Amino acid sequence: MKYALFTGCAAKGACPELYQSAVKVAQILGIELEELKSAACCGAGVMKEGDPDLSLAINARTFAQAEEKGLPVMTICGTCQGVLSSANKNLKEDAPTRERINTMLAPDGIAYRGTTEVKHLLWVLIQDVGLDKLRHAVKRSLAGLRVAPFYGCYILRPSKDLGFDDPNNPTSLEKLITALGGERIDYSGRIKCCGFPLILEKESMALAMGGGNTAEAKREGADCMVTPCPLCHMSLDIYQERAERQLGERLDMPIFHLPQLVGLALGLSEKDLGLSHHLVSVDAALQKIERQT
Amino acid sequence: MRATFAIQKFNPEIDARPHLEEYRLDVAWRGNTVLDGLFQIKHQLDGSLTFRASCRSAICGSCPMVINGRERLACQTLIADEIDRSGRIEVKPLRQLRVVKDLVVEMDPFWNKVNAITPWLTPKREAAFVRHARGEIGEVVIPQNVHQTFYNVDACILCGACVSACNSLDVSPGFLGPAALAKAYRFVADPREGERRERLERLTREDGIWDCVRCNFCVEVCPKDVQPMEAIIRLRREAIREGLTEHPGATHITAFMDIVRREGRLNEARMPLAMVWPNLFRMLKILPLGLKMFVKGKVPSFFQRPIKGIREIRRLFKLRETFK
Repeated sequence: MKYALFTGCAAKGACPELYQSAVKVAQILGIELEELKSAACCGAGVMKEGDPDLSLAINARTFAQAEEKGLPVMTICGTCQGVLSSANKNLKEDAPTRERINTMLAPDGIAYRGTTEVKHLLWVLIQDVGLDKLRHAVKRSLAGLRVAPFYGCYILRPSKDLGFDDPNNPTSLEKLITALGGERIDYSGRIKCCGFPLILEKESMALAMGGGNTAEAKREGADCMVTPCPLCHMSLDIYQERAERQLGERLDMPIFHLPQLVGLALGLSEKDLGLSHHLVSVDAALQKIERQT
Repeated sequence: MRATFAIQKFNPEIDARPHLEEYRLDVAWRGNTVLDGLFQIKHQLDGSLTFRASCRSAICGSCPMVINGRERLACQTLIADEIDRSGRIEVKPLRQLRVVKDLVVEMDPFWNKVNAITPWLTPKREAAFVRHARGEIGEVVIPQNVHQTFYNVDACILCGACVSACNSLDVSPGFLGPAALAKAYRFVADPREGERRERLERLTREDGIWDCVRCNFCVEVCPKDVQPMEAIIRLRREAIREGLTEHPGATHITAFMDIVRREGRLNEARMPLAMVWPNLFRMLKILPLGLKMFVKGKVPSFFQRPIKGIREIRRLFKLRETFK
């Protein structure tokens, strides 16, 4: 199990705890990682708005780097996964497009043949590591912890490009939570948008989305939420206090990155998982696990 | 095959609130649609059940509803598929629109938004086809590659499924919404259109193209593969090309790309600053949160070293000349 790690920008920027916990969890589960250090930003759906071909070319460059190493790519960001999945499908299935993009890359001696696979850590955990192995690796069961899964848009939609979960009724996070011993919370917001793309442009709309979904999870009895996307994490964690002010209600909802939740069950320490980076304290959730053990 | 339908019933003249009612029926064959099932219920079990339907072939757009949690045309959804996937069939009216009775919703707000984008062509004064009509020139053909840019948008049957699923409309009811904006793109992209810039100016105002959160729900639920979000993205691109770059949404794109051109990665310390620069008031407004993030080690260095191979990225930018 070896992957070329595409960290994405957030894990190297505002969410260092995501990078650090993903690397630690991978180590324990025997997922070997070789970081794509010279890979550029996936574009986050924003660059595509400006110039679709430029965005494709930059991503083809990334795929070519992994192709050269002979490794599949692993992402740790839902948004990166969505953007890369769409770009890769386009480049793989549409030969004229691939040719056009390769012509752009040719002066630097880069060519993408269309053989790279791109997988999110969540998919790797379920497909390649396997839930059985994960269950056996659990050192500190999450029993009693009620976890609300929050998928984020890009890891689910457009489903014809992603093709892993059912976009209307995804199950991978639920399976994972259960395998770690936790209790999963069902609520309609789990497949909705966190609002992040509008957070710098129209904060009130973004907060209504992120805060609204968090409030729903709370009403359904969640102790914490878990997300495979750092942009969702920023929206739900960093902006939670502002969402509380707008909604006029307390949320106090700890938000975990996917590898942090896995890491907790694998027995990693708070420091290993970088939990002190969060704006919303995760202590209440941690106490719940500790009380069990 | 036996099938259980759970249908949301609501008669505002009698009921205080909507409620689910269960119906069990024998489905004659596996090819029956949810719409067939609704007719069967109406004919055999409950004559009061109210819904809209017409063509039964996914072309009139009358029967969108929320079937097992997702917007679909009842006439295009097989009972057998839903039973296989979910065990039963739960049917509710479209969201975002007022329920008139049972599965029928008030469509006026939907039509008003479609009307608001001027859903007809405003031809150029001396458009080729006008001159053709006057007999001054011969037949004028729109090249296929031009038509291709909006042919799928033309396929919209105005059913409202996308509007029901839209996450932005959820929190901002005034938003023009996916169907109307996709329609708007159809006219902006038409080479015969005479008021392209005026249209883009209107569309970049409040409640327009910049309020889409790119959640992809509309793309997912559209029964005709119109991909409204992709049309909105194209409108944004056209607006920037037209020089309509004042809106924060446009700044977001240009600033984002400028940072990637310089560093190869998004710098999350620079991005928010680029959005509010040089407005001092707005800079002060983002300061408290920025400080909190800084304390938690969530603000990366303002001066980051570019990625290895940044030359390649800059060359690509230069090649496209997207931004200087």
